Amino acid sequence: MTAILHVEGLGKRFGGFVALDSIELEVQDGERLGLIGPNGSGKSTLVNCICGTLQNETGSVRFAGQALDGLSAHERTRRGLARSFQLPRPFGSLSLMDNLRIPILYTVNARGGARAIGNEAIVARCRDLLGEVGLVAKADRLPRDLTQIEMRKLELARAMAAEPKLLIADEVMAGLSHNEVDEIIALLIRLNDQGVTVIMIEHIMRAVMEVSQRLAVLVAGRKIADGAPKDVVRDPEVVKAYLGE
Amino acid sequence: MRGVPFILCLIAAAAVIFACGRWIDNSYAFFAAYVVVQYIVLGTAWNILGGYTGYVNFGVTAFFAIGAYSTVVLYKLVPALPLPVMVLVGGVMAGLVGLGTGYLTLRLRGVFFSIATLALAVVVQTLITNWDFVGGARGAYVLRPRVAPLIGGEYVQYLFLVMLGLCVIVLATARAIERSALGYGFTAIRDDEAAAEASGVPTLKLKLIATTLSGGFMGMAGAPLPYYVTYLDPASGFSLNYAVNAIAMPLIGGMNSWVGPIVGAVLVGGLQEYLRVTISSAVNVLVVGVLLVVFVIAAPQGIVGLFQRKK
Amino acid sequence: MDGSIDLLVNAIISGLLLGGFYAAVSMGVAIAFGLLDVVNIAHPAFILLGSYVAFIGNSMLGMDPILAALIATPAFYLLGMLAYQVYYVAFERRNDQSLRGLAFFFGILFITEVTLVLVFGVDYRLVQAPYIGANLDLGVVELPLRLLVPFVIAMIMVVGLQLFLSRTFVGRAIQAVAQDQQALRLMAADPVKIKRIAFGLSIATASLAGAFLIIIQPVEPSIGREYIGRVFAIVVLGGLGSFPGMVIAAVTLGIAESLTATFFGPSWAPAVAFGILLVTLAVRPSGILGR
Repeated sequence: MTAILHVEGLGKRFGGFVALDSIELEVQDGERLGLIGPNGSGKSTLVNCICGTLQNETGSVRFAGQALDGLSAHERTRRGLARSFQLPRPFGSLSLMDNLRIPILYTVNARGGARAIGNEAIVARCRDLLGEVGLVAKADRLPRDLTQIEMRKLELARAMAAEPKLLIADEVMAGLSHNEVDEIIALLIRLNDQGVTVIMIEHIMRAVMEVSQRLAVLVAGRKIADGAPKDVVRDPEVVKAYLGE
Repeated sequence: MRGVPFILCLIAAAAVIFACGRWIDNSYAFFAAYVVVQYIVLGTAWNILGGYTGYVNFGVTAFFAIGAYSTVVLYKLVPALPLPVMVLVGGVMAGLVGLGTGYLTLRLRGVFFSIATLALAVVVQTLITNWDFVGGARGAYVLRPRVAPLIGGEYVQYLFLVMLGLCVIVLATARAIERSALGYGFTAIRDDEAAAEASGVPTLKLKLIATTLSGGFMGMAGAPLPYYVTYLDPASGFSLNYAVNAIAMPLIGGMNSWVGPIVGAVLVGGLQEYLRVTISSAVNVLVVGVLLVVFVIAAPQGIVGLFQRKK
Repeated sequence: MDGSIDLLVNAIISGLLLGGFYAAVSMGVAIAFGLLDVVNIAHPAFILLGSYVAFIGNSMLGMDPILAALIATPAFYLLGMLAYQVYYVAFERRNDQSLRGLAFFFGILFITEVTLVLVFGVDYRLVQAPYIGANLDLGVVELPLRLLVPFVIAMIMVVGLQLFLSRTFVGRAIQAVAQDQQALRLMAADPVKIKRIAFGLSIATASLAGAFLIIIQPVEPSIGREYIGRVFAIVVLGGLGSFPGMVIAAVTLGIAESLTATFFGPSWAPAVAFGILLVTLAVRPSGILGR
C-alpha cells in the first residue's frame, strides 16, 4: 500500500498556546484510521490544518503525492479531501437536496471530465446520498427542520457528495442511538469498501474499535501512540491520559 | 438556452412600458419613470452582492458616481460617443474599482468589507472634488442634446430607453445567476463560508465576481446621470440618497430573488416621487430611512417573503 | 528652509492635538466594535447629535459647550442602552447582525442626518467659548486652545475608561463578554445586560466627542459621514479593543492628515483615513497592537 496522506512535523500555535506540536502521521490508501484523544487535545485543529481551514505554521501535508501547503480549503476538497464539521454547519437557506448539490457542483463537476453531470443526474445522486444516511424523506426540507442527529447525518452526506478519496469524519456519531451508530459504522465501512480512505475522529470507543484498522492518539497537541487498536488501548501512556494518574 | 423565453418576456414588457410612455407623451412621466427604473437597476445590482452573497456594500454612491463621472470625462474628450458606449465604459471602471476593493478586503470578515466600502465613498468623493478636469467642487455642465437619436422626440425618452435596456440586462443577469452554479455558490457563501470552502466552493473568487458584477452594474446605472441632470457636482453625485435607496429597496422588497428589488423600487420609488411632489424632498428621503429600519426589524424577508410565507 | 521646518513642526503638533480629538471620537467604536463586536456605523450620527446638543446649550442657554454635553451624557447613555436592546432583540438574537444589523445602523445614520437637516437646516453651526480662537504661546509653537482643550479632556476620558475597564467588576465583565460569554454566566453576570451597559457607555462618549467636534470646526448634518472612515480606520489600526493602540492610531492619523493638509491641501485630508484603513486591512488586519 502507498500513503495517501502524509503529515510531517506539523505544528500550530494560537498566540502562546501550542495546539499541535510536530505531528507525524501517515495514512495508507484504503485504510481506516481512528483518531482519538481527550477534549482539547488538538484533534479538530489537526483536521482543520489538513483540510486547509487553518494554515499550519510548521511542517507539511502531502496528499496523493502532492504537497498541500498554502492551498485553500476548496482546492483541497477538489483534490479529494473531504471533511465533516464537528458542529454541523449546514447551508441554512437551502433544502437538504441543495445542500448536497453544492459539493457536487463545485467538486465533482468542477473537476470536469466524464464525471461531470447534468441537473437530473445531480438530483438522482442527491437522492441516493440522502437515502444512504436515511434522510431521503426530508429531501425538500430546510436544515432547521432537522434534529441535531439528522444534521450530523447531513454533514456526513455532504462530505460524501464531494466523492472524496479521503473522508475525515469528525465526531459524526456523538449523540446517536445504538442502532444509529451501527448504521453509520456500516456506512463508513461500505464507503471504505468502495475505495475511500477514512479517518474517523470519535469518542464512542465501540465504534472506534469496530471501524479502525489502526489507531492514533493525540494528547495535548502531541501524538503519543499509533498502531494496532488493541495494542494502543493497552498502552500505559494512553491509559494514563484517559484515566489520569 | 433556458433563459431565452424569460429575456424575451422582459424585452416585451420593456417595449410595452416604453410604448405607453410614447403614447402618454408627457416629459414628466419620462423623468419620473427614469428614476424608478434606475433604482431597479441599482437595487438589483446591490442585491447580487448583498442579497445573494450576504456582503453589505455601503459604497453604492462611489460606484454610481464613478459611472457618472466617467461619462463626464468621455463627454469632454469624445462628445460624439454614443451613450450606450459611455454606459459600458462607466460599468467597466466601476467594476474594476469593485474588484480592487474586494481583493484587498474580502479575505477578512464581511464587516471589514462593509466598512471599507463606506470609506470608499468618501475617498472617491475626495478625488473627484480635487479633480479640476471634471469640474472639481464646482461641478460640471453637460449639454443634453435636444432631440433623441434613432427614435426622435425629447432626449429624455432616449435616456429612459437606455435605462430600460440596462434594466433588462441586469434583471436577466440576476435571474440567470440565481439558477446557475454561481448562484448556488453565492448562497453557500452567504449561509456558511467555511462550509462552502469545505464543499469546494472557491469563496474568494466568487465574492470577487459578485463585487465586480455588482459594482459594474451600479456604475452603468450612474453613467447616464450627467445627461439626466445636465449639471453634476460632487454633492449631488455622491448623495447618500442613492445608497439608502439601493440598500432599502431590496431589503424592503425581498433579497432572495430578482423580484424583490423590482417590488421595492416600484413601491418605494413611487412613494418617494409622490411625497416629493406633495410634501417635500427632505421628508421623502426620511421616509425611506424609516421604512428601511422598520423592515429589517419587523419583516426581515421583505414583501416577497411576506407573500411566500402565506402560501 | 526655516519656514518649511516651522510648517512641519506646527503640522505635527496640531496633528497630535487633532489625534487626541480623534481618540475621543473613536472611543465609542472601540468599545462597541472592539469589545462587543457590534458594528455601529451610526456612531458618527450620535456624535453629531452631541454637537447639536452642545450647540443648543451654548446658543440658547449660554452654557459652555462641553458642560452642556456633559449634562447630556446620561441621556445618551440611556439612548445607547435602548439602541442596543433593539439591536439585540431584532438581530443579535436571531444571529442576523452581519447583514440586517448593519443595514439597521445605516438606516439610523441616515434618519439622524435627515432629521438634523429638517430641524437645523444645512447651514454650518458653531459655538462660543473663551478658549475658541485663543492660543497658548510656547515661543516656538503656538497651541490653539480649541484643539488643546479637547485633547486634554479626551486623554482624561481614555485614562478613566481604561481604569474603569480594568479595575471595576462591570469593566472586567465588559472585557470578558468579548472573550467568553459562558464564563461570564458562571460569574452570575448576564452578558446581554453587560453589553447593554457597555453600549450605553459607548454612546455616552459620543456626547462629549460631539462637543469637541463643534468646538474644533463648524458643523452641518452631513459632516458625520467623513468620520465613519476615520473612526473605523483608527479602531482597526489600533487593534480591535485595545485602548492604548487606539490612541496611538488616532494620533498617527491626526498627524498624517495634518501633514497632508499642510503640504497637499486640506481637501485631500479625508482620503488619508481610507488609505490607512485599506493598507491595514490588506497588510495587518490585527492592527498595531492587536493580538
